[in-house]
Amino acid sequence: MRIGLFVTCLTDTLFPDTGKAVVTVLERLGHQVDFPAAQSCCGQMHFNTGYRREAVPMARGFAAAFGGYEAVVTPSASCASMVREYFPVLAAEAGDSRLARAVAEVAPRTWELSVFLTGVLGVTDVGAYFPHRVTYHPSCHSLRMLRVGDAPQRLLRAVRGLDLADLPDAEACCGFGGTFAVKNRDVSAAICADKVAAVRQSGAEVLCAADNSCLMHIGGALSRQRSGVRVMHLAEILARTEEVP
Amino acid sequence: MTAPPGPHPGMPTYLGMPSFPVAARGAVADSQLRANLAHATHTIRAKRAGAVAELADWEQLRAAAKAIKDHTLAHLDTYLLRLEANVTRAGGHVHWAADAGEANAIVAGLVRAAGADGVVKVKSMATQETGLNEALAADGIGALETDLAELIVQLGHDRPSHILVPAIHRNRAEIREIFRREMPDAPPGLTDEPAALAGAARAHLRQAFLAAQVGVSGANFAIAETGSLVVVESEGNGRMCVTLPRTLISVVGIEKILPSWRDLEVFLALLPRSSTAERMNPYTSTWTGITPGDGPEHFHLVLLDNGRTAALADQTGRQALRCIRCSACLNVCPVYERTGGHAYGSPYPGPIGAILSPLLRGVTSPVDASLPYASTLCGACYDVCPVAINIPEALVHLRAKVVDAKREKIFSAERAVFTLSGRVLRSPRLLAAAQRASAVGGKLFARSGRIRRLPPPLSGWTDTRDAPAPPPESFRAWWARTRGTRS
Repeated sequence: MRIGLFVTCLTDTLFPDTGKAVVTVLERLGHQVDFPAAQSCCGQMHFNTGYRREAVPMARGFAAAFGGYEAVVTPSASCASMVREYFPVLAAEAGDSRLARAVAEVAPRTWELSVFLTGVLGVTDVGAYFPHRVTYHPSCHSLRMLRVGDAPQRLLRAVRGLDLADLPDAEACCGFGGTFAVKNRDVSAAICADKVAAVRQSGAEVLCAADNSCLMHIGGALSRQRSGVRVMHLAEILARTEEVP
Repeated sequence: MTAPPGPHPGMPTYLGMPSFPVAARGAVADSQLRANLAHATHTIRAKRAGAVAELADWEQLRAAAKAIKDHTLAHLDTYLLRLEANVTRAGGHVHWAADAGEANAIVAGLVRAAGADGVVKVKSMATQETGLNEALAADGIGALETDLAELIVQLGHDRPSHILVPAIHRNRAEIREIFRREMPDAPPGLTDEPAALAGAARAHLRQAFLAAQVGVSGANFAIAETGSLVVVESEGNGRMCVTLPRTLISVVGIEKILPSWRDLEVFLALLPRSSTAERMNPYTSTWTGITPGDGPEHFHLVLLDNGRTAALADQTGRQALRCIRCSACLNVCPVYERTGGHAYGSPYPGPIGAILSPLLRGVTSPVDASLPYASTLCGACYDVCPVAINIPEALVHLRAKVVDAKREKIFSAERAVFTLSGRVLRSPRLLAAAQRASAVGGKLFARSGRIRRLPPPLSGWTDTRDAPAPPPESFRAWWARTRGTRS
């Protein structure tokens, strides 16, 4: 399958290893991965902060960059839900019928990585090896917008050597919320403190999620506390093998 | 154009509230309050989940409730006139109030006409919204709250902080102190045992029920086909108020209407389970106009708009008018759990308040412009809402209204940042340039791969969290270097 990788602006800029890991996993499964260089950002930060007008050109850019791929795969449940849920809204509001048609074509073929692997390809064992105690944070947009269910946990359970630890109150938000983390900094930090306590209580060495935004948030607090717990995107764990640990 | 100093006068008691982050600061720093709220919300959250899981057809009930409310709101004019006709036929009088001031004036006039100088009240969100107690007090009329938690709030000269549990921010010891200080007939040696506190309130209220000439209520539902009102409660104090006084006045928002009794069935299944996690609430009182020799001799229904028509005109926002005030969204909200209800600047706190207040009052005041941002958009509220209000969708819709209302302003630092970042993020070329610059800039701020301090406004992040240092090479640069620009 010819797959277009939508790496997302955040992962592109700050977490390139996640993007490389997605390429590794998909190629290991025998697929051809393209990175259309015309891609940039899905516009979620602008859309969610109220700058809808500014988000429209980003939706146009996405549709232009990814038109024609059999599948578009992204390592972000949050950005995938922006494309699938809100691009149609943006196109309708902008009164842009050409964009609406392009979105109707590309949005249903845009997949978050764990859903693509388990739901579209039907794979749970991707041949990974990661001998560590890991806990998984189901990010809000993966859980309640994209409804990925337990796809990420099924992938993690199939990783050889991996010990999946329960995260107390796992489905609670980490308090990131995009610009919320800055606009409501006190509340955001208070929510994050409870998530960090839960992660430490799990006894895991590694915290995993399907969104680098939440991991950047929880990881930033874990690092500030010098907790010794690392954060890793799901793709980076799935990319590890005994040959290339 | 300058923004007015406070919220829309539709909720006069909340004029001049500061923005949400400012108002929340004290509560977030109060670790005892946070622990109390966390305990209370987690307990009710788990109980609700259990009560909901008992019904195999919960999702169908939810869909039915949404459909009934949407149908009613789309034909509100028809059903309101039908309600008015049937209330009048049953011997009641219907009054129409465009805003809080009109509603309060109507009630005050009716109380004076009844020759009374005081009223007993059923717990009512609509009269909290209009600030009825304060308006009556200004007219020399005393209003006694008879719901136990509302009584605690009233005696404490306080404001409610939760729709269902208005005194959720008070613990037992505080309640005992309030009773001893403010309740003249509190028994000596009153302990903070819940049964003792309830007993003291019962004795205090009983005399008032027997002496009251006028009762004031809201309503959970108004049934158009018969002109009947429905009040759902736990204590029975509401039933005292709607049956004992000679005059009953009910102040009801125009969106509380249901076409028929068949429709009510759906809501009586959804509301208690969502609200108190009960299969059925202890007291459901219904009445239709007046019945000679039984209950009040005079019945007045005050139908309240107070911004509801404006909310109905908002195609995305109008779904908030489906709300049945169950408070399930408060109990699952990560923000409410840390801030409590006072910071929301209205009797409607939590996620529903964050959309309902700006819809009813507009988005120009500091608190109303900040409420749509008082959410992480985690979506837990939408999942538990028994009438399927997509609160995250309404929140981001209202954020756009806030931004658009400020677009005429000559300069806004935030808008400048978003305009510039928008230009960069939509251009792969500018994004790549910014990535190269950030790799250089990151080196200035980073220590061993982490950034511990950034300048404002990003210091809001680094005060409590490290930020990742930008890597030397972005993904796109790595791809171009190792794979060439294949597409």
